[in-house]
Amino acid sequence: MDFDLGEEQVMLKTSARDFLDKECPKKLVRDMMDDDKGYSPELWRQMADLGWHGLAFPEEYDGVGSSFLDLTVLLEEMGRALVPGPFVSTVVYAGRTILAAGNEEQKQRFLPAIAGGETIMTMALLESSGDLEPSGIAVTASPSGQDFVINGTKLFVPDAHIADHLICVARTKDGTGEDGISLFLVDAKSEGLRVEVLSTMTGEKLCEVTFSGVTVPGSNLLGKLNGGWPVVRNLLDEAIVGECAWMMGGARWALETSVDYAKEREQFGVPIGTFQAIQHKLANVAVEVEGATSIVYYAAWAIDENDPGKTLAASVAKTWCSDTYKHATFEGIQVHGGIGFTWDHDMHLYFKRAKSSQVAFGDADYHRERIAQLLDV
Amino acid sequence: MDFSYTPEEETFRDELKQWLTMHMKELPEWYGRRDIAGPDVDSQEYHDFSVWWHRKLYDAGFVGITWPKEYGGRGGTIMEQVIFYEEIARHRAPGLSNAHGIGWCGPAILAHGSEEQKKRYLPKILSAEEIWCTFYSEPEAGSDMANVQTRAVDGGDHWVVNGQKVWSSGAHVADWGVLLVRTDPEVRKHRGISYLFLDMKTPGITVSPLRNITGTAEFNEAFFDNVRIPRDQVIGEVNMGWYVAAGALEFERSSAGTAIARENSVKGIIRLAKEMGHNGDPMVRQKLAQLYVETMVLKYMALRGLTHELREGRPGPQGAVSSVFSMEFNQRLQDLAMEIQGPYSRLVRGSKHAVDHGRWQHDFLRSRGNTIETGTSEIKRNIIAQRVLGLPRQ
Repeated sequence: MDFDLGEEQVMLKTSARDFLDKECPKKLVRDMMDDDKGYSPELWRQMADLGWHGLAFPEEYDGVGSSFLDLTVLLEEMGRALVPGPFVSTVVYAGRTILAAGNEEQKQRFLPAIAGGETIMTMALLESSGDLEPSGIAVTASPSGQDFVINGTKLFVPDAHIADHLICVARTKDGTGEDGISLFLVDAKSEGLRVEVLSTMTGEKLCEVTFSGVTVPGSNLLGKLNGGWPVVRNLLDEAIVGECAWMMGGARWALETSVDYAKEREQFGVPIGTFQAIQHKLANVAVEVEGATSIVYYAAWAIDENDPGKTLAASVAKTWCSDTYKHATFEGIQVHGGIGFTWDHDMHLYFKRAKSSQVAFGDADYHRERIAQLLDV
Repeated sequence: MDFSYTPEEETFRDELKQWLTMHMKELPEWYGRRDIAGPDVDSQEYHDFSVWWHRKLYDAGFVGITWPKEYGGRGGTIMEQVIFYEEIARHRAPGLSNAHGIGWCGPAILAHGSEEQKKRYLPKILSAEEIWCTFYSEPEAGSDMANVQTRAVDGGDHWVVNGQKVWSSGAHVADWGVLLVRTDPEVRKHRGISYLFLDMKTPGITVSPLRNITGTAEFNEAFFDNVRIPRDQVIGEVNMGWYVAAGALEFERSSAGTAIARENSVKGIIRLAKEMGHNGDPMVRQKLAQLYVETMVLKYMALRGLTHELREGRPGPQGAVSSVFSMEFNQRLQDLAMEIQGPYSRLVRGSKHAVDHGRWQHDFLRSRGNTIETGTSEIKRNIIAQRVLGLPRQ
């Protein structure tokens, strides 16, 4: 029995923190909020050189061959640093999907390029309903000779404006259920594909992607025709746990920053951290963050082991982390008082991210209902 | 990260499972049944049952698993102790008796007692031949435990004790008790306390049961009127008793088992919700799922705390964190179990139509004590804030 990070994972965590403290200061994070691309090509290159992009890919695709848990540890530190850019879109949403469902030719074509930092990718999943279930997929892909023609509009697609390729989740058969959904690798320069960047509270680049008769060769079908939903389902488990790691890292930053402030800030002649009203607030956050760390590592372990309980574990983690990150940053602002409410203090960057992560891949209410179903309540 | 067990640990688990499967058949008819009411938890019958089962576990070598063999223990590993709690929970078997002896008094003797004390007292604590209780709290020493005012005056070859203690669980059935007393009123309050123990038949002790919120009498108040305690019946050094009383390691080891027991409770509530036809209510579904989320978080927090203890040889900061969460979780669980029963939640043990013979009503009421006993949630939050987060004291 040994349930915590191993020596090498602790080293990865420490070196990632040191690197990001230096190379991803808050100035960069703030600059990228207003930047058209939304990421620093220089930082992108450095992270690829460190082997981060290919960390969880097998060595035959130029990866490092590390576990999903290792990637989780890295995402925790990236969430703590609020690393701007398409890392998760490229590595998790696209990379892990290709790894799980791609044929050998597709894996060889995309995975080494991702690992090398040479390409940016994303997944176009959600549509106007915001629905995470199969019923939310209405974009169609109709066969035309050897090709497919895609029509419809995707929403909330992260980083599509800089992506070289997108994985589009589309209907290849009439209906609203799981059956008849397929995945396609789409060249972002395809004729008929239009990307419009939406303005967000966090500065993350979410896009509307319109497909007007976009032609995709049949060889770009990812996985089985009409059998795409199980692939999406599997990816969602990984995306959820990745998001949770990101959230947990941010929540811990908010906790530590608030604790530090409460030790220094004096009112009534004493540090405000001596007041029980402040102590108990922060103790509550500490309980939540400790819990988040434990459940996220467990959920990542379940993915590595392909444990039958992994979907349940992912939902449990997302429920917990959605609440934890929100509480950590809400209380973070409150403990900081007026300073916490300013644009200059960094707390709002985390606070806003907490609200956006809360709804990403389903909020706590959504996952509680899913847990109820999985437990056969 | 590795959730597997060693072959030796698996062998131990198999042995324990076989034992439980065989011996749980001997449990009384009412045990674990929803259709038959058992004895009151504060009755002599229940106490006798509890000691009877404890003795069987003891005779099979499952009590005091990590305690040294020379003092009647098994001389086993922390992981074997963890497995014991897990399997007891998984089999829904009764736990140990002599809880205060095994959880508090024995570990204090083991850590701070003399060799002679260990040989004399530890084996009979484990076998439950001698039941122990604690006299810690006082009317003026609740959360401010160091404000102990019960006095022990040096009487030559004995101490003379005068004062009042309260919330002493099981004192009415105990053979021995440990006692926090002030032996030096001149120094700062943490420094002048000693940890004495006494035979409960000593003249001058008056124990009177207090009924708690459930109506049962699990705990007592006790009056000490010129009670003479032999001078050598002190554990650790005189005036250092505060440090003897602090520190109970058992929490980390039992919390993995507790997590399984609480998972069982969540399953029990889900079953209840289905039976009462409330499982389709979206609000109820949300609350049930949230409880499940919390049991999972508790479980993996406990395992991380255990890993810390296995790696470092001492419990980590998660202990206080898990403890406050675990206690409050049980209160939420019991409260929801009542809500789900609707008007039936008003019916108690002994009433016609009472659900599961009023077990939920008892457990709900009993759970209000969870955030008070072993330190209030407020005191635990102070500990987290000050010792884990390093916030300044007032």
